[in-house]
Amino acid sequence: MNIVVLVKQVPDMDTVKFDQESGTVDRSSAGKEMNPFDLNALEMAVEIKESIGAKVTAVTMGPPSAEEVLREAISRGADEGILLSDRFFGGSDVKATARTLAAGINYIGDVALIIGGLQTVDGDTGQVIPEIAGYLNLPHASSITKLVDVSEKGITIETDLWDSTYVKKAKYPVVLAVTKEVNSPRMASFSSKMKAKKAEITTLKLEDLKELTAEDVGFKGSSTFVKKIVVPKATNRQGIKLKEEPQIAANKIMSILKDKKLLEVQNG
Amino acid sequence: MDNYKGCVMIYAEQNNGKIHPVSYELLNKGGEVARKKGVKLIAALIGPMEIDENELIRRGADAVFTVKEDDTYSFPDENSYANTLVHMVKEVSPDILLVGATNFGRSMGPKVASLLGCGLTADCTALDVDEEDGALIQIRPAFSENILAHIKSKNFPQMATIRFKEFDEAPINEDHEGEIIEVSKPVSMLQLVEVINEIKTEQVDLVNASVVVTGGKGLKSKDDFKMLNELATLLDGVVGASRPLVEEGFLGKAHQVGYSGHRVKPNLYIACGVSGAAQHIAGMKESQYTIAINSDPSAPIFNVADLGIVGDLYEVIPELIKQLKGE
Repeated sequence: MNIVVLVKQVPDMDTVKFDQESGTVDRSSAGKEMNPFDLNALEMAVEIKESIGAKVTAVTMGPPSAEEVLREAISRGADEGILLSDRFFGGSDVKATARTLAAGINYIGDVALIIGGLQTVDGDTGQVIPEIAGYLNLPHASSITKLVDVSEKGITIETDLWDSTYVKKAKYPVVLAVTKEVNSPRMASFSSKMKAKKAEITTLKLEDLKELTAEDVGFKGSSTFVKKIVVPKATNRQGIKLKEEPQIAANKIMSILKDKKLLEVQNG
Repeated sequence: MDNYKGCVMIYAEQNNGKIHPVSYELLNKGGEVARKKGVKLIAALIGPMEIDENELIRRGADAVFTVKEDDTYSFPDENSYANTLVHMVKEVSPDILLVGATNFGRSMGPKVASLLGCGLTADCTALDVDEEDGALIQIRPAFSENILAHIKSKNFPQMATIRFKEFDEAPINEDHEGEIIEVSKPVSMLQLVEVINEIKTEQVDLVNASVVVTGGKGLKSKDDFKMLNELATLLDGVVGASRPLVEEGFLGKAHQVGYSGHRVKPNLYIACGVSGAAQHIAGMKESQYTIAINSDPSAPIFNVADLGIVGDLYEVIPELIKQLKGE
């Protein structure tokens, strides 16, 4: 059984610097890492591989340097890595990205299960995985919080939708988008890191993806474009800052609660 | 249905036969866009037989297109819903299609966009109409809300998902008239995901809470949430957690405040031991009044706090609880 895990290299959003003047993210200011949600997608694929046997291929789209994220995926249990990289892919919106990744999945062929993270921490649209399902004409399930059961015939999962939890059962092929609640990703061992360093990464260009032309990918293949970027004023509304004994601090909070009538509920 | 060509269509989300409030927010904002463009406002409603579509008309829809059936639509299968909405869009040909960015909408919306081959902008917080060409300007925050991107579509329908709680609900107008048009279910559907059952889970209503007491990395153990819970209960509020604590498993994702969790706008927000990373502030900065308790005087949370207490939360909170109990 073939499983594809979709991964993306993202900047560490906790440390990345942002230039308020130009409205751009200085990607060199922070380390790069695998999108945190993708770690859970990968862990789920590896758990399935250990349970029923499967070949796990990590797929990403990005510049040549994005092969690092594929090596990380291999060190955490993926068998192979495929990088979709071509200057034609630059400027892709969600639609062009989804079509390119879908074409990469078709290139692999005979894939039973496609797993991705619910969203990325940099783009944060959460749209790419369901759109890949659409372009592959496959069903999908999203907001997955638990892997309940998996066999060679199908998979049962729990999803968080409509303010409730629903158990869903799917036959293959199917596309899944997982939350971070679904599992706890394992760390890579030293030996697996060494193995990943030596692993061969396959790079695919536009010409390898027979179903697509230059009109379908990158900026040309995108259906949306950014007209302008507005940088809102940084939030700053600091009021009073006190350093007092706990009792005095608590007194101050109490008087604010009374002033703001935030104690109305309790006081009737 | 030609008289509705070029309209603004909103997807009226319903959960288990009950219309989700985001639908009324979409009618409000979608109605504003429709008036600017001089076109009709349509609601697309898909669900079980029991739903009442009249509420959508009272809230401003000029017409409600419905597909109703119990078997297919009693459970949240995004695939059959997406196929059905695509079918309706093809019948009506709207210029603009708006979907609420709930968990369900964020999953069904992109499926619809990919089946139609159109663009889709995620999680918009504002919409405008371009005065030059009448196009929809879709405005969304990006990079932990550091920027606002103004996005336009190259083809139709111009489609966007809209954040829940971003706009007011459309008011009820008993005199507003509209028609209800039943559409047949599409012939073939991509319905391979079988929904077996629903598990009722404990729900935390962070988004609607008037008081939120949030714990951050300053909290030493999972057990210490008992103290925050006690404070929240005394204030008739709920407990939230910052992302690191949810990732550590201190509290479930339902409690997470922040860009990747819930965005809250309570009357009172108490941040206890929260450092105030950009991603957290994005989720709470619209609180009416914020109190921050942190032992680190340089914690960024103080930049957005109306009242900052530099101190040990393990001393301040028990004292506050004591005073609240009137001891």
